[in-house]
Amino acid sequence: MLKIIDNLKNLYRYRVLIQSLVLRELKARYRGTILGFVWSFFNPLLLMIVYTIVFGFIIKPRDPSFGSSPWHYALYLFCGVLPWTWFSSSSLESANVLMIHGNLIKKILFPAEVLPIVVVTSNFVHFIFGLPILLFFVLIFGKPFTLYLFFLPLVIFVQYVFTLGFGLLISSLTVHFRDIKDILANLLTFWFFATPIVYPMTFETIAKSKALKVFLNLNPMTHIMQGYQYSVFYGRLLPWKKLSVTFVVALILFFIGYYVFDRLRDSFPEEV
Amino acid sequence: MYAIEVNNVTRIYQKYSARHRFQTFKSALLKGDLFRALKPDELVTALDGVSFQVRKGETFGIIGENGSGKSTLLKIIAGITKPTSGSVKTDGKISALIELGAGFHPEISGRENIFINGIMLGLSKKEIQDKFNEIVRFAELEDFIDAPVKTYSSGMYMRLGFSIAINVNPDILLVDEVLAVGDAAFVPKCLDRIDDFRRRRKTILFVSHDLATVKKICDRVAWLKAGKIMTIGDPSRVVDAYLQDVVERQEREFERRQAELRRQVEIRSKEEPEVEIKDERKEVFIEVRPEEMRQEKETFERSEKDREVEAKEDERREKRWGKREIEITRVTLKNLQGQAKHVFSPDEGMIIEMEVVAYSRIEDFVFGIGIFNSQGLYVYGTNTHLEDYTPISIEGEGKVICRIDKLNLINGTYYLDVATHKRDGYPYDYHRNLYSFLVTSTYRDEGITRLCHTWETTPNIKLKPPEKMIKNNQLA
Repeated sequence: MLKIIDNLKNLYRYRVLIQSLVLRELKARYRGTILGFVWSFFNPLLLMIVYTIVFGFIIKPRDPSFGSSPWHYALYLFCGVLPWTWFSSSSLESANVLMIHGNLIKKILFPAEVLPIVVVTSNFVHFIFGLPILLFFVLIFGKPFTLYLFFLPLVIFVQYVFTLGFGLLISSLTVHFRDIKDILANLLTFWFFATPIVYPMTFETIAKSKALKVFLNLNPMTHIMQGYQYSVFYGRLLPWKKLSVTFVVALILFFIGYYVFDRLRDSFPEEV
Repeated sequence: MYAIEVNNVTRIYQKYSARHRFQTFKSALLKGDLFRALKPDELVTALDGVSFQVRKGETFGIIGENGSGKSTLLKIIAGITKPTSGSVKTDGKISALIELGAGFHPEISGRENIFINGIMLGLSKKEIQDKFNEIVRFAELEDFIDAPVKTYSSGMYMRLGFSIAINVNPDILLVDEVLAVGDAAFVPKCLDRIDDFRRRRKTILFVSHDLATVKKICDRVAWLKAGKIMTIGDPSRVVDAYLQDVVERQEREFERRQAELRRQVEIRSKEEPEVEIKDERKEVFIEVRPEEMRQEKETFERSEKDREVEAKEDERREKRWGKREIEITRVTLKNLQGQAKHVFSPDEGMIIEMEVVAYSRIEDFVFGIGIFNSQGLYVYGTNTHLEDYTPISIEGEGKVICRIDKLNLINGTYYLDVATHKRDGYPYDYHRNLYSFLVTSTYRDEGITRLCHTWETTPNIKLKPPEKMIKNNQLA
């Protein structure tokens, strides 16, 4: 535990490196594309359009909280899809990041955890770019802004810690067990549907089934997503008790992830 | 006092077997303990109890063959890998030229890469800004600095990497064989920079296969062999000891290869009658030719000519032919001191010793040798007949010795033919390419042979002779 805190302090010295690497990631990702940074919000937007057409117009929203407006439903979707994209692409990229930068780990002295941190952070920046789009749509579709919007940074912070913990764990384990990459891709699809993103918690099937409710409540991402949905879409106070518990879970995951990463650290230069 | 202290460092690499590699997360979980499942199956010792100290301001060289643990040692000193046991203490900022441009991102510009690489190597943003122009100028990339690095040639890439690393301005510079890839103009520039470091009394750890440079720039040298330090000390002494060891290994390798070759040829000449048929054709050929070319008196020359033609057809495949009325049972190469060896210096003499047996009394016989270089070019050949020795008689066992007082060949591998035949060319026992030897030296002359020569000038032309020659003169 003490060692981890020491390491974290040490990491602070590398903030400039993290900062420039994040910047490099952002610059390099869209270099050569015509739309450039627009892609940062285009990707979730396109996904949202598909979901809106399928679930909004074809299947039709059956939950009272959307009225009968497919647009409101689209907004609700966007509230979840945007942060989920941050989480899922961070996880997927983390699984690869140590292998991709194997050359660095073998040749240059720097703490390897910088790499998953950069992954999570650069995806975070993409997420931040998407936020104004979300708020813009909130205005357009006639949902009022509320003061609860100020809870947003809190939710974002919890998600950041959770994602980072998960990323550290995944990135270090994948070095030794390459099949995690494939497991992860499937796991994330499952996880996406096990989180109230395309459906609300108030949906009648969920409201009726106790088992489903318990199951969804056990999923930390549920509370993070609800944090966004309450603050932006519903305009109500988020379930802060549940989010606090989620924060504790996120911290525990972070320390487990960091511990595993630290234990495996010395094997990276040989194994990546 | 010391810039680098390496105390009893051992590094054991873990070699994971194929089975382990494809172990899945699931099976590790099923077995219970994740970390236990990561235990290796085989261990490779890369460094074995290595200890040495490098004083501040010293240029310390490390030499050794591939796989002797040089790079591992450097990585441990740089802190990239951890020693399995033992410790390393360093005093001062380290910059490691282990692989140049290791952290470059191909999609972004040289300018941006300088910043990121510099930060990775431990510079602050401010420091990089101050040194930016110097870095670009040294790398000679003024015109390309804003182009993405992926458009760079490998030389530009390397120059930029070197330029950043050298401008980190470390107290300790670790150089690992990076100069091997530079072009003719850039390498001297890098060496200049390293010299500059030496003048400013910075510590340099220099790993290289370029022994001449090691001898020139290092104050002390360590020779690493199979993860152990063999000797540490004066550069010329250590380099010579290392070269001696390399020569010994080459000797063993040559010996093994030639024993194997002779065994194979022996089997072939017994199994394949084809070789015998070839011999008969050759006999006929030789019998016919004197009639065609009466004016040519030297049968040897003719046999040389058709030998040359055959060399092209046949790529000088190892062969042995002849009816062996006289048999060459054994050929040994020795130096003038009578020591059997295969690796010679051009200044050395060589004794070719043939052990021969004549199974009956024979009165017409010639012994000859031929030396070919690795391109199959006939370098030198002679025989007792060409040199007007007159055969009287041979019977039973005996030795024929050809003594070359000074080899005077340039560096390379040479192949030796030995033969005994009649004066008209009829072969008793002909060994083609069955023996080889290596000539190595620090001379860099070219051509086929090293002619005996010296350089002299009139006093108005100032030409400094190499240092070793000055030393020799002083000794004399």
